[in-house]
Amino acid sequence: MSADRRPRRRTLADRGIDGVTLLLLPAALFVVLLFVYPFVYGLLLSFAPKEGGWLGNYSKFFSDPYMYGTIWLTLRLALPVTLLNIALSVPVAMQVRHMKRQRLLTTILVLPITLGTVLVAEGLLNYLGPQGWLNRTLILIGLIDHPIRLVHNYWGVFISLVITGFPFTFLLTLSMISGIDPALEQAAATLGARARSRFRHIVLPLIVPGLAVTFCLAFVDAFSVFPSAVMLGAPAGETRVISFAAAQAAFEQYDYSYASAIAMIMAVVQFGFVGLVLTARGLFYKGPVGGGKG
Amino acid sequence: MAIASAGFRELRLDGMSRNFGAHNALKEISLTVQRGEFIALLGPSGCGKSTALNCLAGLLSLSDGAIWLDEKRIDTLKPEERGFGMVFQNYALFPHMSVRRNVGFGLQMSGVPKAEIERRVDEALNVVRLTSQGAKLPGQLSGGQQQRVAIARAIAVEPPLVLMDEPLSNLDAKLRLEMRAEIRRIHRLLGSATIYVTHDQDEALSLADRIVVLRDGEVRQIGTPQDLYRRPLHADVAEFMGFRNALPGRLVRRAGEEIEVDCGFAGTIRGQAVDVAGERVVVAIRPADLVPMADGPIQAEVTGLEYRGEAYYGTATGPGGAELYFRTDEPLGVGAAVRLGAPAERTLVYAAGGVG
Repeated sequence: MSADRRPRRRTLADRGIDGVTLLLLPAALFVVLLFVYPFVYGLLLSFAPKEGGWLGNYSKFFSDPYMYGTIWLTLRLALPVTLLNIALSVPVAMQVRHMKRQRLLTTILVLPITLGTVLVAEGLLNYLGPQGWLNRTLILIGLIDHPIRLVHNYWGVFISLVITGFPFTFLLTLSMISGIDPALEQAAATLGARARSRFRHIVLPLIVPGLAVTFCLAFVDAFSVFPSAVMLGAPAGETRVISFAAAQAAFEQYDYSYASAIAMIMAVVQFGFVGLVLTARGLFYKGPVGGGKG
Repeated sequence: MAIASAGFRELRLDGMSRNFGAHNALKEISLTVQRGEFIALLGPSGCGKSTALNCLAGLLSLSDGAIWLDEKRIDTLKPEERGFGMVFQNYALFPHMSVRRNVGFGLQMSGVPKAEIERRVDEALNVVRLTSQGAKLPGQLSGGQQQRVAIARAIAVEPPLVLMDEPLSNLDAKLRLEMRAEIRRIHRLLGSATIYVTHDQDEALSLADRIVVLRDGEVRQIGTPQDLYRRPLHADVAEFMGFRNALPGRLVRRAGEEIEVDCGFAGTIRGQAVDVAGERVVVAIRPADLVPMADGPIQAEVTGLEYRGEAYYGTATGPGGAELYFRTDEPLGVGAAVRLGAPAERTLVYAAGGVG
């Protein structure tokens, strides 16, 4: 036996560094190169306008109602669509969680995600157009005399955003609601709570934090709407969304600096809403949603 | 103490049945429970005891039969209309509500005024000795404390009937003994009827006024703990009540209850006939009653020994390969030959194959 009393060599783990975490480095580098760098580049570019001082682009944007109005037009689409999708997801998920054929239904509901916005937009153009099936059917059964206008306006974009956005919010909501221990609702029932109260006092408070995150993700997605706003909306008028304004600046006026400024404004608005919602989320219980041990 | 159960005379289960598809989980359960009684539903897992409790709570509907609370038929009511208190196996505390709000939830749902809720929550927490923990969330409490909150929540509504679904199964051994005493004390205090589901015979024996033994969805025996412990009516109930030795044999002589059985050993075994019909029988003996004795009729070879403090408990193999469980005060070596015997009054004899 040697009298080697030296302690075991200190490993990275002993010093609180998890070696496996280091494997994140390539991915982190990737994010820096593909996201952080363009973002910083765009930010700097936005402060170097073609004409005027370093804030020239921003003062140009906020002095032109045609430009700053896009914020409102985009919000007018993104906020109601996101709220409607969440409002639809919760009751549907409440029903679906007990279903036996959940997989089939989930697959059907998720299909629009895999199709992509452009395909959905094309489909809707045909289906909802003046000569589309919907209008023809409604005329045929005598509900309307003239085709109702559902494309190339606000409602066209609205409908397409609901269709492409719903599966996303639904899947997130379903996983949250399925995660709640059924014994909690049973306990509430034995204590005299009817279905409505059980939802209000047990299920809703437990999913609100998750719904807040869902809102943020869905909202950011809807706020950056581009293809359907162009294809199904009126990009010169009521669905002149902010991303369209940025694209025009970049590819029609070749003013990359101005386009960058618009993109930055877009980011600030999104961050503002996300920050607001996440702050409000902090007021709710966010722990595990089980009923106790075991 | 102001907390008391709502008054009623009796709860009557009348042919309560429940099927899951083709599987009959509960077959025609009939039972009358008096106010103040503590009933344990005892049985191995899958015997239907939890199904029975869920049917009582209204979480499952009946396939057949009825449940009556005095003259009121209640099996057609939803769980929220029955007003029973239920303690769940995993406690099912609302994780986002403080202990006080958990306990007061039932009162809040029935529209009790705020001041009254506060008063009764105080009382319920006092009963379970948790007055200082009211502001905490369930996640901040230990298992035993969560258990108490679950009980407080169930009794705060002052239910006529408290239902408990293996409430102690998630606790460690020491805490389980403590909570057993607590549950008994709270039951006495309330004067309600308690129906307690368990697979642990010790728990059932120590808590219940009457034990209902279930097997495959059927009632096998209803009786006081003393009845059940001393004289199980069927071989399967005996096995469940700790008669681990089950020796098949042939009836030799019978005089009233006194019976002699040939089990293929040198001598005959003398015992008490409980449920004997034909010639083929099963002899049931508790390990604690089967001890080495000079003239013991059962010769066997020791295969293992385990020290349990008050005595040694061993396993042995008989001539026909029968597995035997016995008790001894002196240590015996593995492989040693031993003659085992049991007092005739503690040797019970049943008809063979009489299960079902």
